[in-house]
Amino acid sequence: MIDTLRLTAEEAAGLLESGEVSGDELAGAYVEAIGERDPELHAYLHVVGEPGSGVPIALKDNITTRGVPTTAGSRILEGYIPVFDSTVATRVKDAGLPLIGKTNLDEFAMGSSTENSAYGPSKNPWDPDRVPGGSSGGTAAAVAGGLAPWGLGSDTGGSIKQPASLCGLVGLRPTYGTVSRYGIVAFASSLDQVGPITKTVRDCARLYGTIAGRDACDSTTVELPEPVAVPESEDLEGIRIGIPKELNEAEGIEPGVSEAVAKAIKLAEDLGAEVGECRLPRSVDYGLACYYLVAPAEASSNLARYDGVRYGFRAAGDGDLTALLSRTRWEGFGPEPRRRILIGTYALSAGYYDAFYGQAQKVRTVIAQEHAAAFEDYDLLLSPTSPTVAFEVGEKAENPLAMYLSDLLTIPANMAGLPGLSIPCGLSEGLPVGLQILGPQFSENLMFRAGHALERALAFDFVPERLRA
Amino acid sequence: MAITREDVLHVARLARLEIPDGEVDRVRDELGAILEAVGKVAELDLSDVEPTSHPLAVVNVWQEDESRPSLSPEDALANAPDPVGGAFRVPAVGS
Repeated sequence: MIDTLRLTAEEAAGLLESGEVSGDELAGAYVEAIGERDPELHAYLHVVGEPGSGVPIALKDNITTRGVPTTAGSRILEGYIPVFDSTVATRVKDAGLPLIGKTNLDEFAMGSSTENSAYGPSKNPWDPDRVPGGSSGGTAAAVAGGLAPWGLGSDTGGSIKQPASLCGLVGLRPTYGTVSRYGIVAFASSLDQVGPITKTVRDCARLYGTIAGRDACDSTTVELPEPVAVPESEDLEGIRIGIPKELNEAEGIEPGVSEAVAKAIKLAEDLGAEVGECRLPRSVDYGLACYYLVAPAEASSNLARYDGVRYGFRAAGDGDLTALLSRTRWEGFGPEPRRRILIGTYALSAGYYDAFYGQAQKVRTVIAQEHAAAFEDYDLLLSPTSPTVAFEVGEKAENPLAMYLSDLLTIPANMAGLPGLSIPCGLSEGLPVGLQILGPQFSENLMFRAGHALERALAFDFVPERLRA
Repeated sequence: MAITREDVLHVARLARLEIPDGEVDRVRDELGAILEAVGKVAELDLSDVEPTSHPLAVVNVWQEDESRPSLSPEDALANAPDPVGGAFRVPAVGS
């Protein structure tokens, strides 16, 4: 009996290698689990159940997969079947990892709960009345719910880190440029990055190693300066850890979240780290506004391709070409993409460009500089990943600005192109709390080392309490 | 931030989004609230700061100018809503 809730990717690989379990048995176990629990969790939009000899994987549905429907959670791509594979799908295939299926997401990766999916929200395996986070909530629900041993999500404003936090998982938002965006449905090109959502830090490092590295099809990618190291050491000797006041004391952080993070910080000290306070004076205060100008502006350009001409949904009715485009786009896009396209177009339009988009690009420089200054004194920074634990379905769905606040703590580092690792560090009222570990560009190996050491010391049980045997 | 119906319709035209008449006011109010919140960036005096368009400064990424196989016409038309004679048929432009 394969316990898909508890099995890590590393353990699964071990079972396959020893011959204790066959590839087909393993792949079959996840399909069976999906049959049992996915009607409740709705983690998957499309189940493939590919047979194979490697550790099966779930991919977020904004990752293009040849011959397998890819909707980006939108009606405007309903029925779209890609004629090519994204580079990450190719790398995953070449590594022998069979595809379990495509997971649910907020439409075009715009959201923090999967409630913006045109196909209905996913549910948090810890409490199905609550959201799994977003936009990679489907992948997080699948991994936490025992419906996949590991998966890939994407992160623009926090869409890997935040769902990992809300579902008690590990999530890596890699350094910008280390993972190819070729074949990833584009939202904001200077921010989008694909990354792993896993049960352990070692699994995360392994999966990152599989997908990372320069791609000739994406000229914004670079070669990694050093190979990915799967972490071993269980101490933090010699590591200087900064606690940014503004990230840790921001308004809206729940007391239970602060408490769990404070315990983790104390633990870091016990493990040998040198811990001290630092400041990010304007990064948190202006980060959200900066992101909600830059990202929608880039989205307004990237989403211009959806016009019903070459693929996807096309509106019915009479009229000329302009009418066709305009009606298709209004009917095909949901409320959040419509909002962001309009905001972005406004911010880029003549007369407003300098005050909005131009100014936001300068705020971006300030954020990058403040983080660089912090990294002169510290090797890593710690904070909560999300201000809250998983909130109830429907709680924030009607209030865009309230929903945007979910990204308050994940956005600043993203604007600076910095990587971030979220690991579970405890529970608050029975729901997982995530610890965000931030590092300079290309510091993934150090983040993995710290994350693994803390993970071992914290001994957080990633199987949702209500699903334990 | 006060934006007008005209502002909304202008931006919608630029973005090729046909907003049903009955929804324009709601969209205006929603956008106004968001623009108010993001307009916060104007509080900072950043006259001496260079803009960042790219988080990772990569310069002159070249590739050889060699022809390679590309998308076949069949693949290109595979998801077309109205393929005709190897092309994508659409209504005429303008009237």
